[in-house]
Amino acid sequence: MTNQEPFIAAAAESEGTRGGISRRSVLLTAGGAASIAVVPQVASQSVSEGGPASSMVRVRLAVNGTRHELDLDTRQSLLDVLREDLGLTGTKKGCNQGACGACTILLNGRRVVSCLTLAAMHDGARIETIEGLEKNGELHPLQSAFIEHDGLQCGFCTPGQIMSAVGCIAEGHAGSPDDIRFWMSGNICRCGAYPGIVAAVSDAAKRV
Amino acid sequence: MFPFTIEKVTSVEAAIAAASSGRRLIAGGTTLIDLMREEVEQPQQLVDINALPMSEIRIDRSDLVIGALARMADVAAHPDVQRLQPLIAESLIEGASPQLRNMASIGGNLLQRVRCPYFRMVDAACNKRNPRSGCAALGGLNAGHAILGTSDHCVATHPSDVAVALVALDATMRVKGPKGERTFPVEELFRLPGDTPHLEHTLLPGELIVEVRIPWGPHSRRARYLKVRDRASYEFALVSAAAALDVAEGVIRGARLAVGGVGTRPWRMRAVEAALIGKVPDRRVFQAAARSAVEGARPLSGNHYKLELLPPTIVRAFEMTGEIA
Repeated sequence: MTNQEPFIAAAAESEGTRGGISRRSVLLTAGGAASIAVVPQVASQSVSEGGPASSMVRVRLAVNGTRHELDLDTRQSLLDVLREDLGLTGTKKGCNQGACGACTILLNGRRVVSCLTLAAMHDGARIETIEGLEKNGELHPLQSAFIEHDGLQCGFCTPGQIMSAVGCIAEGHAGSPDDIRFWMSGNICRCGAYPGIVAAVSDAAKRV
Repeated sequence: MFPFTIEKVTSVEAAIAAASSGRRLIAGGTTLIDLMREEVEQPQQLVDINALPMSEIRIDRSDLVIGALARMADVAAHPDVQRLQPLIAESLIEGASPQLRNMASIGGNLLQRVRCPYFRMVDAACNKRNPRSGCAALGGLNAGHAILGTSDHCVATHPSDVAVALVALDATMRVKGPKGERTFPVEELFRLPGDTPHLEHTLLPGELIVEVRIPWGPHSRRARYLKVRDRASYEFALVSAAAALDVAEGVIRGARLAVGGVGTRPWRMRAVEAALIGKVPDRRVFQAAARSAVEGARPLSGNHYKLELLPPTIVRAFEMTGEIA
């Protein structure tokens, strides 16, 4: 697992470059990289009788245009790989059972919940996360619209909302507020920022 | 999650061989991975079948044909499905979130496991998860559970929406296994729990669902799905109804009805259908026919309301069939 540390460091650096210090880089600096759980959570768990102790697979992923070749435990979800191996912590772990949408990413162009799929099943896949939306220092129209329309309060669900909205608009389901409410219903916001979210998606749909 | 190996197969034969040797097939994974994380499912060897050529969606002279690996979203968005089988499209769109519909396959949807909270809770008694351990839902929280087809051993509803539509529309499924191929009605896939609720379907060891066929005709174009639930979208059904009518010269020539959220499997209602034949479609006719829907129902402590909710849901679904242009 030692080969994962450079990824963590690289991600902390890229987050830290915008506006100075990010929460993640503070964690890394204060605790030291060694104290962050780089080993996947799954590895600490018990072993069923007669089953393999663990199983590793090599997986190639293109994430936000960058290619990675990773040796992964078969139990790792795409979400865990993004967050723990690649340090892309923009994608959030909410319910971890496919019910909240906080972990939404684009997998080969389609919006999916990254918690409910195994990375080992996606060798060669193309993935886009919230970190990949900004181009040449310009926010994606959805990112700008979420700011303009106050589409968040605590912000935890926002990366998932935005990635889901990218899919929703591309699918052609952002034509009316009712359409948006229905086709964004896989993304839950506990703060109840829905009016702002619907306004932001509606506005951005006209611009992308 | 317990450790497991994973391999990919690229031929149906290899998948059948793997399944025959006890390995577990995985497609979209949206049910299986969740249950593996809860340690309800503990497979040691997974076989990824997503590369198999079984994703086709096509219309032939009599049927809509859906490959077992076609994704819910792709089936629902297919123009021929929307035109000739609107009930299939509607039931898919009403089932799961857009993200899950992009992931989940039709074959996997049919084989998805129940959503009873006690099935998912490894410390609770559950005859389905752990035979002869009891059923915690009988004396527990059972507002979402079944009133039809239950036993003293299991009262969980089958959670699929599209399965209800498939059963209503007389869909058949083609499966392949070590002893060859066979075709049978989708309705016969699902077992009643009886005293063996851990046995959920009638697939033989090593059998793989290849495709589902749904006959189309005047009835399938005039067919709707109504799902009643605690919130307007992305929620399991309290009660649902898949209804289709074939009306000619103002008279009902054929009627199809299956209901969800109330049965231990998708529940076809042939008595209600029979009561509609030869009648002029209107609310009072639907109401009279729907009265028999709850005959034989066995409510639990928390779900008496389903007896009240089911008939009007059926009536409304039949009324909706008349709203199709």
